[in-house]
Amino acid sequence: MPSFVITEKCDGCKAQDKTACQYICPHDLMALDREKMKAYNQEPEQCWECFNCVKICPQQAVEVRGYSDFVPLGSSTIPLRGTEDIMWTIKFRSGLTKRFKFPIRTTVEGTVDPFAGKPAPDYATIKGPGFFNVPARKE
Amino acid sequence: MEKETCTFSYCQKPEVTEVDCDLLIMGGGMAGCGAAVEGCAWANPKKLKVVLVDKAATDRSGAVAMGLSAINTYVGENKAADYVKYVRNDLMGIIREDLVYDLGRHVDDSVHLFEEWGLPIWKKGDDGFSMDGHQARAAGKKSLKEGGTPVRTGKWQIMINGESYKVVVAEAAKKALESNRAATGMAQNHYERVFIVKAVMDTNGKNVASAIGFSTRENKIYSFKAKAMLCATAGAVNCYRPRSVGEGLGRTWYPVFCAGSGYAFGMQAGAEMTLMENRFVPARFKDGYGPVGAWFLFFKAKATDSYGNDYCADKEYFDDAVARYGDYAKNLGTAIRNHLMMRAMKDGRGPILMQTPAALADISKAMKEKLGEKEGAKQVKHLEAEAWEDFLDMAIGQASLWAATNVEPDKVASEIMPTEPYLLGSHAGCAGFWVSGPGDLPGTPEHYSWGYNRMSTVPGLFMSGDVVGASGHKFSSGSHAEGRMAAKAAIAYILDHADYKPAPKLSLDDIAAELYLPFEVYEKYKTYTTDPAINPNYISQKSIQTRLMKIADEYFGGCSTWYMTSKTMLEAGLVKLELLKEDCNKMAAANLHELLRCFENYHRILSVEAHARHILFREESRYPGYYYRGDFNKIDDANWKCFTNSKYNAENNTWEFKKVPYVQMYP
Repeated sequence: MPSFVITEKCDGCKAQDKTACQYICPHDLMALDREKMKAYNQEPEQCWECFNCVKICPQQAVEVRGYSDFVPLGSSTIPLRGTEDIMWTIKFRSGLTKRFKFPIRTTVEGTVDPFAGKPAPDYATIKGPGFFNVPARKE
Repeated sequence: MEKETCTFSYCQKPEVTEVDCDLLIMGGGMAGCGAAVEGCAWANPKKLKVVLVDKAATDRSGAVAMGLSAINTYVGENKAADYVKYVRNDLMGIIREDLVYDLGRHVDDSVHLFEEWGLPIWKKGDDGFSMDGHQARAAGKKSLKEGGTPVRTGKWQIMINGESYKVVVAEAAKKALESNRAATGMAQNHYERVFIVKAVMDTNGKNVASAIGFSTRENKIYSFKAKAMLCATAGAVNCYRPRSVGEGLGRTWYPVFCAGSGYAFGMQAGAEMTLMENRFVPARFKDGYGPVGAWFLFFKAKATDSYGNDYCADKEYFDDAVARYGDYAKNLGTAIRNHLMMRAMKDGRGPILMQTPAALADISKAMKEKLGEKEGAKQVKHLEAEAWEDFLDMAIGQASLWAATNVEPDKVASEIMPTEPYLLGSHAGCAGFWVSGPGDLPGTPEHYSWGYNRMSTVPGLFMSGDVVGASGHKFSSGSHAEGRMAAKAAIAYILDHADYKPAPKLSLDDIAAELYLPFEVYEKYKTYTTDPAINPNYISQKSIQTRLMKIADEYFGGCSTWYMTSKTMLEAGLVKLELLKEDCNKMAAANLHELLRCFENYHRILSVEAHARHILFREESRYPGYYYRGDFNKIDDANWKCFTNSKYNAENNTWEFKKVPYVQMYP
């Protein structure tokens, strides 16, 4: 299906300024049915299973069912993305469950400043090697 | 066949907005984000306007949208000259060594910035074991910039916790664009969900004056006029019929949303291309297309035929490969390893297996001997988590496939398989545009440099990442660095050409009519049949893609012919491709989503045409394991150790080809 939306959980992001899954999908797949106020994947065979809609959904209404061409039924892969880490729960078809936690970033979201503490560019070097902040490596 | 035109008799005319800027960055992936940071750094003090256009949301757009588990290019303790040697070896001897060296001497700063911005990078602990980004921070390990030791899987690769890699990189780019708004007073300079369709030339006949595109969210068309433009979009995926054709059509190895739009843009502008015959056919875990790099390099797993034999060591296969492909075969680069794997598969020795149980058993034994039973077991568990993270960071579907088929890698081996072909210039491929190098490197021949680094043969049109030809193995970090190099050079160009005022050859009305033609066609004919899906007056986006995939697969060396083609095959396929190109005048779209797909698929057609014509021009099999010319199934250095360059003339639909000398600059 690849990503699918659980009817009961999806509220169409009515309290948000935009539908989260529709906003994030890199391939313009998630659409909102305005009558039902429910999201859906409008072109499932184009889904890359990047899980970005799953990770961003504020209601945890989006999951992924593996490609029917080659993925048997009965397993699940569920992420829970926090501010510093992501937790994964992977359920095998056999029932075996594995849980993992991995770091995602070491800084607080929104605090990146690419120019803080960096030198101003030197226009005398604009046609040579190097970046605005450092010279190129010399060997 | 009569041509369709759009007079807005059936569909509504959209609002057309003109945006004036100095530097236009097309694409918000790694290269585009790098370009935004470096471009704004140089633009802000001069009050030059920088605009970035992305067809998706920059937080999760481009090839790193899902994340990555490794950065494949970090030079670190190595030498840039050795990086050149490695890239040349893997790309069968023909690369632009000036571009590759230039990349090697710049790439590390981008990696240092990623870490500064918050990307967790694995470090080597005092006990020699790896620490993830959080553990390393807690233990007070130095950053890479301060001399910290990364965890190397290969000579050039380092491990990261890269689930949010793109989010972090995008944050810096967005902040840079914000600072440019503050410096210039522009209200908006970051356009998400706007898809660039084509280049419009200047009335001066030389520059690209405008990039035109449409919003995929509202009925709005844009004409971005810029003094310089930087193409930072991705390669071309799902051009060839993939191995999975149901729902799995989307489970491509490289992202399914890479539509060759950058190739199409440059081609429409008449920029010279190079090595467009090159492609990448990665051998990956079958169906899920999970990465194999960590398994080969980090866990030291072996790939064998189903009987446990190393097919790369098969004497008959190897001797035959050396007879055909000479010394190139002896280096066992990626293409040759593919070739030998395919020989084994064609002899029925498949499935080919990644022997994960043996690798993990070896590691487990070594750990327990070194650390004792209890500590050893703990380290093995840590390693198992690392193996799963490798998938969960960048190919989540592969983890799901293992779970659904009850594959525990310490118990069961997994199949690997060569995929369908991909066109790209930043990973292990080098199809793209012919660009100027930096010019300052000793031994640079004259034909490698014409003034501005990474500028194409069209003045003011710069390239970076996937669309730069003859310079592969940049990967994510290299693409970011190259975006920065190109943006800096573009600002230099803008400062030198301050008087240039873009004057597009097309009127805004012409532009609107061209972009909304698929709406006009659909609305005009949709009620002729009871089901709009089947209609003799137009072609849907899905049908365009299906036909393109079929032609490419069957005639231009796809999976179904074991990547084999020839002059006669190529010529037959090109006739069919030309008809498909003509049919694109009758593309139909019922909504903005379909309009996006129509033009994406048109871009794929142009990319594939360039690819097929280049394969036809090069009368040898330079890339065995990726494709074969059955009529010239050998490497012919005497005639073909050179670049193959082409130029497409969009106005009269003609091609020019030439050979361009290759120069070895590094030993």
